[in-house]
Amino acid sequence: MSKRTYPHYFLIGAILLYTVFIVIPGIIGIFYSFTDWSSTSTVVNFVGLDNFKTIFSAEENYSAAIKNTLVFTLVTVIAKTVLGLLLALVLAEGIKGKNIHRAIIYMPAILSMLVTGLIFKSIFNPATGLLNSFLQASGLGSMQQQWLTNPKIAFSSVMFVDIWRGVGYIMTILLAGLQSIDKSYYEAADIDGASWWERLKSITIPLLMPSITVTTVLNLFYGLKVFDIVYALTNGGPGHTTEVLYTEVFHEFALGRYSVGTALSSVLFVIMVIGGFFVIRLLNREDVNEQ
Amino acid sequence: MKRRKFINQLLKNVVIWIISLIMFVPIVLVLINSFKERYEASSMSLQLPKLWHADNYGVVIDQGKLLQSFLNSATYSIVSVFIVIIVTTMAAFVLSRRRTKFCKAIYFYVTLGIALPMNYVSLMKVMQFTYLNNTQFGICLLYAAMQIPFTVFLMYGFIGTVPRELDEAGVIDGCTPLRLFFSVVFPLLKPIIVTTILLTFMNTWNEFVTPLYYLSDSKLWPMALAVYNFFGQFQMSWNLVSADIVLTSLPVILVYLLGQKYIIAGMTSGAVKG
Repeated sequence: MSKRTYPHYFLIGAILLYTVFIVIPGIIGIFYSFTDWSSTSTVVNFVGLDNFKTIFSAEENYSAAIKNTLVFTLVTVIAKTVLGLLLALVLAEGIKGKNIHRAIIYMPAILSMLVTGLIFKSIFNPATGLLNSFLQASGLGSMQQQWLTNPKIAFSSVMFVDIWRGVGYIMTILLAGLQSIDKSYYEAADIDGASWWERLKSITIPLLMPSITVTTVLNLFYGLKVFDIVYALTNGGPGHTTEVLYTEVFHEFALGRYSVGTALSSVLFVIMVIGGFFVIRLLNREDVNEQ
Repeated sequence: MKRRKFINQLLKNVVIWIISLIMFVPIVLVLINSFKERYEASSMSLQLPKLWHADNYGVVIDQGKLLQSFLNSATYSIVSVFIVIIVTTMAAFVLSRRRTKFCKAIYFYVTLGIALPMNYVSLMKVMQFTYLNNTQFGICLLYAAMQIPFTVFLMYGFIGTVPRELDEAGVIDGCTPLRLFFSVVFPLLKPIIVTTILLTFMNTWNEFVTPLYYLSDSKLWPMALAVYNFFGQFQMSWNLVSADIVLTSLPVILVYLLGQKYIIAGMTSGAVKG
């Protein structure tokens, strides 16, 4: 009966679209990484590891972009999780206007990142921007900066904007997780005279771990694949200091150096297949437990 | 003790208000400046406009050719939402009901896509091979494909909570599988379908990377990308740029405000146990 009611051909649409547009480009991309494919080439030749030698050579900027991607991922994941958790904790304790705060803090996440980038380009403008004007007006004029053009701080500014737009999502998910924790745990802890820190450490965090795992995993994937916000704010500049893996891919694509672009993409693709193999199982296992 | 509690409460309120302010000010900033006169908006401050220039919006719609890009965005979002809903509900239904080795493997294969990055460069080969390069339908299919892994993950979890008994009732009545699915099961999935419609709509409305790579023809650009082009042309007129930003963001903000309940339910159902 199950064969008739649940036919395999129901799967075709999803599998086909996903395979053709996501999996196949990933796989043929690996093959093209070993060639000299470019916008000017009429014939594609096999060149062995040349593209990977280029990517990992010390003279080029690619390894800096890979390092930036890792820094970006690490910093934003930690900052969003810690901040998101603190916000969720404060809001969960029934503060006045809780729903308004929640809606506002989540709001940046729904804007297009290109729009977010434009808004912060204005705010960070050294001469006319809101941030420097604010610092000037509050007597902190010495802290004024060239937020997006000073190579030393441009990448931090980019990460700040990403945390700004991403923290609400983490907060929302963790808040839902907090609300599903059984109150009786806390009542028992109160009777034992547990402190705030003890309650956090031995009840809240352990029970919230499944939600924290999921948000961390999703953020990790997002961070490694980051492109939009960097493109919108600095497009890798000044002087390649904010370049990440996917902005490099885009630049290679625009220059017509397809083989280097696809080699860069493939490095991430292989890492994500291997990483995803373990991590997606973890997500699915949580899901199975639920039922 | 009471006093400590009061101070504690006060501190929390102050902190949360400061955070909310940091989140909200950039959005208000754009809104205010979209009504200013050009010179006034050049400093992008929080001061209210001396005169409210609602006509900025007319100028932007006209000069930015916003109607065209609005229609493009609407097409991309609506078509890909439609495709995503049909293919993911069907797939997740069968995957969730038949827990065979094969189906479990397929489920894993599809959800692995949550992790996979796009290879936009080699995707070009696929787009050329399928004659979808620089076409609107190609963009719709790509958008749909990108949403499939996470949506199947969400749907699968939800379908697990829908009782099987109804499927069986349909079989006894002699329905074909497609008829059974669309007349009996599909209506039961309404909550998760609404959530998926909203999330997919918002994601596709805001997406600009795919058109950046694959739509060289600016007539086909969605609003999210056209706004960037507009900024390139009107960098000196922040009032107009602001108005364009407001118009581009308005659809998603409206959808978010109206469907907040469903969006949050959907986001959290995949991520929170219980």
